[in-house]
Amino acid sequence: MLEFDKVGLRYGLGAEVLRDLTFSIAPESFQFLTGPSGAGKTTLLRLMMLSLRPTRGAIRIFGEDAAALDKDKITALRRRIGVVFQDFRLLDHLTTYENVALPLRVMGRAERRYRDEVIELLRWVGLGERMNALPPVLSGGEKQRAAIARALIVRPELLLADEPTGNVDPSLARRLLRLFVELHKSGTAVVIATHDIGLMDQFGSARRLVVGEGHLQIFEGESP
Amino acid sequence: MTEPLPTPSDARLKRDLPLVPSASIAGGALIALIAIMTFLACLTAGAAILVAQASQGWRADVARDVTIQIKPRAGDDVEALVAAVAQAAARAPGVADAHPYTKSESEALLAPWLGQGVDLGDLPIPRLIVVHMQPDHRDDLGPLRAALADQPTASLDDQRAWLARLDAMADGVVLFAAALFALMIVAMATATGFATRGAMAGAREIIEVLHFVGAADSYIAGQFQSHFLRLGLKGAALGGGGAALFFALAALVSAWNARSAAARQIAALFGAFALRPAGYAAILAVCLAIALLTGLLSRAIVFRQLRSLP
Repeated sequence: MLEFDKVGLRYGLGAEVLRDLTFSIAPESFQFLTGPSGAGKTTLLRLMMLSLRPTRGAIRIFGEDAAALDKDKITALRRRIGVVFQDFRLLDHLTTYENVALPLRVMGRAERRYRDEVIELLRWVGLGERMNALPPVLSGGEKQRAAIARALIVRPELLLADEPTGNVDPSLARRLLRLFVELHKSGTAVVIATHDIGLMDQFGSARRLVVGEGHLQIFEGESP
Repeated sequence: MTEPLPTPSDARLKRDLPLVPSASIAGGALIALIAIMTFLACLTAGAAILVAQASQGWRADVARDVTIQIKPRAGDDVEALVAAVAQAAARAPGVADAHPYTKSESEALLAPWLGQGVDLGDLPIPRLIVVHMQPDHRDDLGPLRAALADQPTASLDDQRAWLARLDAMADGVVLFAAALFALMIVAMATATGFATRGAMAGAREIIEVLHFVGAADSYIAGQFQSHFLRLGLKGAALGGGGAALFFALAALVSAWNARSAAARQIAALFGAFALRPAGYAAILAVCLAIALLTGLLSRAIVFRQLRSLP
């Protein structure tokens, strides 16, 4: 579903921040993307979500060469990818319900057709009583869950999550991880960027992609 | 996700909020700026139209008048001569009426140059007859010339030279007003462009989020365009409405005060100071154009920001 072939990235004329990345993300797979702070996890996620173009190498996504995609095609592919941003990226003037419903709304779907679906997901992530709340009054954990719900609402084929448990307590982090695992079991490929070793140990069978000094090392998970 | 859930009442759920925040300080400032600029542009446009209307009136009035000058020879019975020429002129086809100036009226015409109280009895002062042509015969002076052919002391002045200067002056005034209006439009468009860019400065976050959740570029641009079109329409309606009200009140005051000297002075330049329906249509057109410009500018800015996103 996602293949990197000798991908490199540099900003401007600086040194390469990522070098010779060759790996693939298989459908229905689960992996953690980890490494020290500043190693390039977020940058790699941005390459995966096509918000950055590599300076060399090739990326194939859903069978298409990313370099040859036009804007419309990229938009169509993005609708098959759910993204949880580290800084949430919720729109402050929209309610929690509207933020979570946003990906469906921009697809042009009628509100009455997705209302129950959004409400169900919001209750499931524990935001049933906060549907009309605006993001500025939500706690960090609530914003995190709203951002995750927004990424999940389109039932993506690929979910990319950047530090999705960074702002929540350990019990909620475990609950969110179960949510990602369930999503994975329902057929979604999941990539979670985190440096929380405890979280990764809870799902030891997951593959680990470790970024460090611009390179990527891959550790296959333990057999369950 | 399988737990059965009660559906909350529709009334409790806030939904279908605009994707672009409807109220913001920058949006309010943009409305105020558009209102002020539209008001000024509409005033300029209205003034240009009033001057154009008035100049058409001057030209029509003056073009209908021709003057017959009678230079009596020694021994002529001037009053009889004037009466005969006036009668001959009045009978000519195309003439509406002929008004001979009396001796005292003719002397009064010279007073500004010769002063009051001067005895002009011994001077051979030419006598004038003002002829009003019928509206559809103003350019056909042939029959009048023919009627005066046997009056050797009478000469016809169709005032063409003076009319040409009046035309040039009136055209100049209208051109000046039109140029002023054009400058006003350029200033308004520039100011609106800057204000729209300012109001869009905080929109980048919204554009990026919509982009990354899978919104098509045209969808994002459409959201901003309709939002800014609404802002433009609000501002233009305030400014254009204010200008229309100003002209309507000015027409009322002008009609109410029509007999005063000041009103007559204003009427000389601006006619009755009443904007015709075409003038109000021009104000409406300016309002629609500025609202459209605001919407299109925001659309262009969104597309430019989207081009910078992968």
